[in-house]
Amino acid sequence: MRTPLRPLSRRGLLTGTLGSAALLTMGGSLAGCGTNGAQQTEAGCVSEDLSGTEKKLAFANWPQYMDVDEKDESKRPSLDEFITKTGIQVTYTEDINDNNEFFGKVQNQLAACQSTDRDIIVLTDWMAARMIRLGWIQKLDPANIPNVQANLLPSLLNRPFDTENRISIPWQSGLAGLAYNGNVTKELRTVDELLTRPDLKGKVTALSEMRDTMGLLLGSNGHDPANFTAAQFDDALNKLKKAVDSGQIRKFTGNDYAPDLAKGDIAACIGWSGDVIQLSGEDEKVRFVAPDSGVMLYSDNMMVPNKATHKSNAEALINYYYEPAVAAKLAAYVNYICPVKGAQAEMEKIDPELAANPLIFPDEALLSKSKVFMALDEKQEREYEGKFQQVIGA
Amino acid sequence: MTLLARTGSGEPPPSAPRPGRHRLLPYLLLLPGAAWLLIFFGVPLAQLAAASLYDPSGSLSTGYAMTWAFGNYPDVVQAYWPQFLRSFGYAGLALVLALLLGYPLAYAIAQKAGRWKNLLLVCVVAPMFTSFLVRTLAWKTILSDNGALVGLLRDVHLLAPDGRLLATPFAVVLGLTYNFLPFLVLPLYASLERLDPRLLEAATDLYASPAQAFRRVTLPLSMPGLVAGTLLFFIPASGDYINAELLGTPNEYMIGNVIDSAFLVRLDYPQGAALSFLLMAAILAVVFGYLRRAGTEEVL
Repeated sequence: MRTPLRPLSRRGLLTGTLGSAALLTMGGSLAGCGTNGAQQTEAGCVSEDLSGTEKKLAFANWPQYMDVDEKDESKRPSLDEFITKTGIQVTYTEDINDNNEFFGKVQNQLAACQSTDRDIIVLTDWMAARMIRLGWIQKLDPANIPNVQANLLPSLLNRPFDTENRISIPWQSGLAGLAYNGNVTKELRTVDELLTRPDLKGKVTALSEMRDTMGLLLGSNGHDPANFTAAQFDDALNKLKKAVDSGQIRKFTGNDYAPDLAKGDIAACIGWSGDVIQLSGEDEKVRFVAPDSGVMLYSDNMMVPNKATHKSNAEALINYYYEPAVAAKLAAYVNYICPVKGAQAEMEKIDPELAANPLIFPDEALLSKSKVFMALDEKQEREYEGKFQQVIGA
Repeated sequence: MTLLARTGSGEPPPSAPRPGRHRLLPYLLLLPGAAWLLIFFGVPLAQLAAASLYDPSGSLSTGYAMTWAFGNYPDVVQAYWPQFLRSFGYAGLALVLALLLGYPLAYAIAQKAGRWKNLLLVCVVAPMFTSFLVRTLAWKTILSDNGALVGLLRDVHLLAPDGRLLATPFAVVLGLTYNFLPFLVLPLYASLERLDPRLLEAATDLYASPAQAFRRVTLPLSMPGLVAGTLLFFIPASGDYINAELLGTPNEYMIGNVIDSAFLVRLDYPQGAALSFLLMAAILAVVFGYLRRAGTEEVL
């Protein structure tokens, strides 16, 4: 017979627990004085630019957000061309999957004014706004990015969190609107239909991005998502809550709604134009709908975080991607809204069908419906996000 | 049992402690583990405890001041008690299901499987070789609205024509049961495997019915495995949030989902920390209560 271990007794467990508690009190004094603020200032956190001597650049982006060669997926034609042209070695990583998650990954370094080892990061408007507010992002030199000044789409100029267009430069933009799968339901036109039509009950999802879902709901109430009051927000939130309580809305999702929509587990949803176009490519009955009450325009923005040591190299890359021909090449692959003027004319040469797609090159009618969510200060952000999270169940 | 174990072990009585490094040896052996525990569990836990008492009006940009804000605790209980109850409800339900499935399974493998024993054990453990996420996502496909299973259940009228399995409490409990089942089965197997079948023969010789033999012999002897297994099952199941996230809807969210959102989305660190601590306390309370009821002196 094997030698049995001395069994752990109830008393032993209790002693262990008490011991841990004592340890805790001891260690608690370590953290007892609270935490420092994460706010940085331009004067307090100065970054050095080594671009003159180091021909290097670390570029962190989202997955499937860069053109790749059809035959060899490890080749990225537009990026390779930049490397050949400038001699700057670009380390391209796809390590951003979620704004909040990425924030968690870099917040300790940036709050302490340390390097994140990334020269360009790409984050969505609201997260860009938060980081800019915290003083974590370097200002770019307008003289080094003339293409941006010349070619940025007018509707993306002077956004509230970057009034000079020199802190966060759109990489790609997109729309948040409605989508449905025509194989399992009939056409859908309005947000109200999505939230109340009985045949969709339990087959609807909405986005867990507060600004996209709430922006569409504010619009459907006739309010302006770019400029609303707390009471209007509450109205829209109540409308959402009713749809959750009644079981109409089944889930709040990130990108993961796409496969469910394609399978038909979800008949209709609030979703992003880029995802839905890709699905439509495989099954044309999956459709994106821009309701007349408004769609939300968002961008993912290139930014140079504090302590990144290759700012000039980053500016060269940003400037390069604002050449219309390069932008067209990228847009032809990723299918999001191209933020570069003049790219549509270049796209005619690559693929006339894509050049005519309003979800890549939006026309006046669509642009007039699109809204950018109001810039929130920290207190508003926490209040609204907190209320929204309660309704979506977490 | 304790007494039996000690005398049965055949160990010579401990001799008088020898002087010198031999006396220190056990402590030296414990040192790496203890240091690991202290640095990577003790310290973060202490920080979490401190964070749960930070001033709730602080923020990321201004920092959090330590104000011993014990009010964070009643605040989170008031806001999130339904998710707390739901967590324990789902985990408890899943435990009952897992026991109904797991006990006969462990018994069969331990006592009846013969040469198939090892193969069956591998079958229990094999799913663990794939990632937790992949296993849960697989259930999403199995339970899908347009999948074969739902189609079949609709055809035989067990499910209404517009009924579904995915995104229901049923799916979440099923996911929990499936994902944590091996944690219950393995300790149970270990106990049952040591059960001497001659004891059961003796019970029958003494005119015990099969049910009586089970209640008076098998069950008491499998108690250590049963207790360990139920704890290993229940503790992670009640803190889980992946199953609720992937297989449920907001109406099925458990306390883990709330903690996740407090730390990553709302950036409300005091609330997140207070919730984490309450969860730990609640689980400890449940465990102590359970051990008292289970009437066994041994946990493992």
